[in-house]
Amino acid sequence: MLTILFDGIAYGMLLFILACGLTITLGLMNFINLAHGAFAMTGGYVTVVMMNRYGIAFYWCLPAAFLVSAALGAILERTLYRQLYQASHLDQVLFSVGLVFMSVAAADYIMGGQQQLIQLPPELSGRAEFFGVGIGRYRLFTIVICAALALALQLILAKTRFGSRLRAAVDDRRAAMGLGINVSAVFALTFAFGSGLAGLGGAMGAEILGLDPNFPLKFMIYFLIVVAVGGTSTVSGPFLAALLLGIADVAGKYYVPAIGPFVIYGLMIIMLILRPAGLFARGGR
Amino acid sequence: MSVITREDVAPVEDGQDDQARAMRLMRRRSRIRFFEFIIWPAAVAAIFLLPSKMLILTEIAILALFAVSLDLVLGFAGIVSLGHTAFFGIGAYTAGLFARHYFAEPVTGLLVAGVVSGILGFATSFLILRGSDLTRLMTTLGIALMLGEAANQMGWLTGGADGLSGFSLGPILGLFEFDLWGRNGYIYCLAVLFVTTMVARRIAFSPFGLALKAIKSNPTRAALVGVPARRRLVIAYTIAAVMAGFAGALLTQTTSFVSPDVLAFHRSADVLLILVIGGTGYLYGGIFGAIGFTLLKDWLSVVTPQYWMFWIGLLLVILVLVGRGRIARWIEYIPQRLTAAMGGKP
Amino acid sequence: MLKRRSFMAAAGVALGCLMALPAQAQEAVKIGLVLPMTGPFASTGRQVEAGVRAYMALNGDEAAGKKIEIVLRDDAGTADQTRRIAQELVVNEGVSILMGFGLTPLAMSVAPVLNQAKIPAIITSATTSAIMPQSEYFVRTSMGGPQSAVPVATWAVENDLKRVVTLVTDYGPGHDIEKGFVDQFKKDGGEIVESVRVPLQNPDFAPFLQRVRDAKPDAVFVFVPSGVGSLFMKQFVERGLADAGIKLIATGDVTDDDLLNGIGDAAKGVITGHFYSANHDSPENKAFVEQVRKTNNMRPNFMSVGGYDAMHLAYAALEKTGGDTDGTKLIEAMKGMEWTSPRGPIMIDPETRDIVQDIYIREVKEVDGELYNVEFTKYEKIRDPNTAK
Repeated sequence: MLTILFDGIAYGMLLFILACGLTITLGLMNFINLAHGAFAMTGGYVTVVMMNRYGIAFYWCLPAAFLVSAALGAILERTLYRQLYQASHLDQVLFSVGLVFMSVAAADYIMGGQQQLIQLPPELSGRAEFFGVGIGRYRLFTIVICAALALALQLILAKTRFGSRLRAAVDDRRAAMGLGINVSAVFALTFAFGSGLAGLGGAMGAEILGLDPNFPLKFMIYFLIVVAVGGTSTVSGPFLAALLLGIADVAGKYYVPAIGPFVIYGLMIIMLILRPAGLFARGGR
Repeated sequence: MSVITREDVAPVEDGQDDQARAMRLMRRRSRIRFFEFIIWPAAVAAIFLLPSKMLILTEIAILALFAVSLDLVLGFAGIVSLGHTAFFGIGAYTAGLFARHYFAEPVTGLLVAGVVSGILGFATSFLILRGSDLTRLMTTLGIALMLGEAANQMGWLTGGADGLSGFSLGPILGLFEFDLWGRNGYIYCLAVLFVTTMVARRIAFSPFGLALKAIKSNPTRAALVGVPARRRLVIAYTIAAVMAGFAGALLTQTTSFVSPDVLAFHRSADVLLILVIGGTGYLYGGIFGAIGFTLLKDWLSVVTPQYWMFWIGLLLVILVLVGRGRIARWIEYIPQRLTAAMGGKP
Repeated sequence: MLKRRSFMAAAGVALGCLMALPAQAQEAVKIGLVLPMTGPFASTGRQVEAGVRAYMALNGDEAAGKKIEIVLRDDAGTADQTRRIAQELVVNEGVSILMGFGLTPLAMSVAPVLNQAKIPAIITSATTSAIMPQSEYFVRTSMGGPQSAVPVATWAVENDLKRVVTLVTDYGPGHDIEKGFVDQFKKDGGEIVESVRVPLQNPDFAPFLQRVRDAKPDAVFVFVPSGVGSLFMKQFVERGLADAGIKLIATGDVTDDDLLNGIGDAAKGVITGHFYSANHDSPENKAFVEQVRKTNNMRPNFMSVGGYDAMHLAYAALEKTGGDTDGTKLIEAMKGMEWTSPRGPIMIDPETRDIVQDIYIREVKEVDGELYNVEFTKYEKIRDPNTAK
């Protein structure tokens, strides 16, 4: 019972890290970026290449995955994405689906179509018993890292100067510019950060979710579910939504395997009907 | 969507009866356009000129019908749907099950499939009345995913992941057998496409269609002038569902096979791409898009079977960056010039 | 547009075959190869294609004095595409034999085409039993239904694994294998504690593995398709099922040769039953593995060998008919054909047109620094119990 809860939390946390970058671009910058999974995949492949080809330790791969994805995000933001901030949602959907297609084919071309696997360091593999509850070490690791990140993210957005600048830029672009905030730089940085987080999620998820060129397509739906259920105006909304979905999904599959897959979709539709703007919608938007 | 803006802001001429002006506007909007004279005869001529291309043309006709139905939802009612394949899939399964258990005549099956998916459309339309683009996107997507999962789980009915097979269809109207070359199949699909498009055209360019456009561009203002938004949206969504159901049924009948893939996400995405490539809001966008997309995909997947996706993706990115509106305007602009040149009234 | 398209099609075919041009003049036999080259099952397509090309590299491109041309098309794993492509290959390209079909629905969808066109189709990958009766023109060189699972059941009982949980992917081949295993296992006196089915689209195995763990069986019998199979292996170890005394027995899909080294030490000691291992000790297999390594820089797996044998069957049938490409004659020629494949001796059952082959029980071991499925027992001439009469 507790093991299931634990697995659900770990799964949810992973979903959150993967999706929270999307929350930022979607909620704060109002951009439907379906190509978000491509950045996650980039992070995953960076890890795979570094570990399997160059034998670099797993721990070093995580920051590298973050940085490479963030850099890629920054480059794409500067060259392509920024031109579409004012475009319609439909345009954004098309553009990002185009990017997904390109990334899928490119990953296939460069890395081949097979599943990529990594070898975790021994201290992270296997499981341990705590008070009679069996806990996978790697899942515990995932939970700790993701929880720390979620907390940091919340603090950055709520307490730092950068956070307030970002919120100002989102609420009223022109007024923010008038106040001397470099809106375009703020957006670029935010986008890069979001992509970096996705890359980190991809690197950490490679072990649990797998990694192949279809990753961006396969998980796009899950990211969207998290964001849609959680709402896009806070960090805590998607966080709770991801946890809820993770636990519901794992528990559903454990207790009622026959209808397991319905749980996550059904939950989403019910949530959307009850709270169309997300779990913790800010009023007046 | 940018296609009609020019007409929307037609200058107000003083001293004219509003009623008459409205009538004229309606007539102008619903006039037969230049490209309609080309596309239908060309489609018929293809039966004789391109006998080896019947199968891909059939696929185009089915996709076109599917895209036209999405245009009613997206281009007219303004609902961004990522789950339109729910209706396509329901239509496909209904047609398959109907042929298997009851009656093998295709036209009957087609109508039954349309009715069933229309019912589903009506039932789910209430879910998409609220919320933002994203909420609608996710609700429609969720419905399609659930149906896909249901089709997979209900193996006793649908054959599960292996698909529904082991049925064959009788001759169309008891007269025309589906042949290996796919000729009769193509004629059948083309006929359905033509009739349905004409009906959709009639609906779209009627006051009802105008009201939809009004709701799409500004729901608040539409409500203020007394347009019953909810009812209009429900009706439009239901009609679109019926049409998508037809498309699904056609696929089943021409292939005599249904796989759960008809409910897969990529179909919803594909049809959206097709529609947007062709241009939304004038119905023929779906048809042009289906022709362009299918031919391009077929050509690319022959040239580079593994990596064609890359080039489709690149095309989309360029399309968006250059601007869909600009391209759509050209499609509209050139035929208008030609019509004018041929002495027709613009 | 259309003109250019057909030109490009022709160019693509010519390029794809890598054949000398003058031979075009001579009468050629075309073989339509329809595989998922993109999408989630792309690796299947790539492996089968590698097998086909390897056969042609080793045995030349002529059979019965006729030149063999391969026309490769991608169906992206979508059934209606497969059907359209197959139909187009028949009516436009004039292919004499169809080949490929990565998944059950893809094979099912072409059955009406075969029945109408009377052209043989050699299935290189799809495995469900239900395919074969759909058309008299299906032949199979991969595996029939639970063929690989039945001997595993026998072996498990012989080796004192009496209480077993089965865990299969919830789709046609999974159901076949579950039934085949359970029937045989019960017949031999074993007890099935529970049967778990995992959805095809499933990112995380955790809840299912926990279920297995909580049932505390002697062993868990697993069938999941090869891509996610490797993922399954890792999670199996992570969850400590091995430490809890639960043995893993499986069909060879989870220890796919293509991915085995990536799974790493976690795979060591896993017992699987399957029809092919890249480690199989025979001169035919050595040549085959070497050729695939040389041209594709990968290790062939059971999909590849399906492609290889499909080509052999096509060549041999053409030799037998003396180059006659009539579909009915070809299918008659294929029935009862016997030969030594890289996997070992195999035969096409004249009744069911399905493959009859030896199933090997193998253990994952390190050989020359790489992991291999090392065969240690075999069960001879296994038929698909669902269709065999």
